[in-house]
Amino acid sequence: MADIGEPKVRAPEKPLKKGELALIKTLIKHPMESGLRKDKNTGETIPAHFIETITAEYGGATIMKATWTGAVSKNPFFSFYLKADKAGPVNVTWKDNKGQEWKEKAELKVE
Amino acid sequence: MGMQQTNTLTRRKFLGALGATGAACVAAGYLGVPRLAEAADAPAEAPVNVDELIAKEVGPGKVALEKVKIDTPARTENGALVRFPISVDHPMEADNYIAMLAIFVDANPKPLVGRFEFTPASGKAEVELRIKMAKASQVRAIAKSNKGALYGAVMTIEVAEGGCAG
Repeated sequence: MADIGEPKVRAPEKPLKKGELALIKTLIKHPMESGLRKDKNTGETIPAHFIETITAEYGGATIMKATWTGAVSKNPFFSFYLKADKAGPVNVTWKDNKGQEWKEKAELKVE
Repeated sequence: MGMQQTNTLTRRKFLGALGATGAACVAAGYLGVPRLAEAADAPAEAPVNVDELIAKEVGPGKVALEKVKIDTPARTENGALVRFPISVDHPMEADNYIAMLAIFVDANPKPLVGRFEFTPASGKAEVELRIKMAKASQVRAIAKSNKGALYGAVMTIEVAEGGCAG
């Protein structure tokens, strides 16, 4: 399926000071099918297919974990914050209910 | 912040099924089981007790309607894509922080949209995402501190065209 994946993670471009807040933006292509929709032509229920968890790791620890249902919109955008400590990657992992997994990272610059 | 909360409270009245729903939605799912009935439009039923769901998913206890802000308009054109920024005005210190935030759309077949777990290293309990709304509904964002205190915001969002919400 073409319209799935291509995860993106964005951290602030300019270097942050230790203790400053960083807005992290994420985006991934995913149908986010709730399992509550019917195919208009066949009448068949479209099976549930949605991202269940997103986790963010930074500085060796999981700093944020989101658990979703099929009520999150298609091709989900998601943003959150973290407190800058040391320069390094922010690793984001998406997992869906069919066991597929995507990983992407952004480098956080800290002065 | 104070003004915002007052607005939120006065908007709590539940608006009925004002929004049209997408013709392809099976909108009558009950507790997660899709019902394969003829479902051109969503019946105006709300079988899930959201207060019980909040107690189960976030925690039991009284929710103080303060500190949490849902920063979205009270009307949306597209129920498939409702912009949903939520913030919690609370310290994020080692022994005093917001540990969890959850979103509920009362009138969706499955009201729980998602849960977000934070740590002091989050720095700020604030997230933004896009959610689906089957029809006009009360929406709630409930936060829990590491000490178990519950805070929340409630507002009603009207939907011009419903999304196939889960």
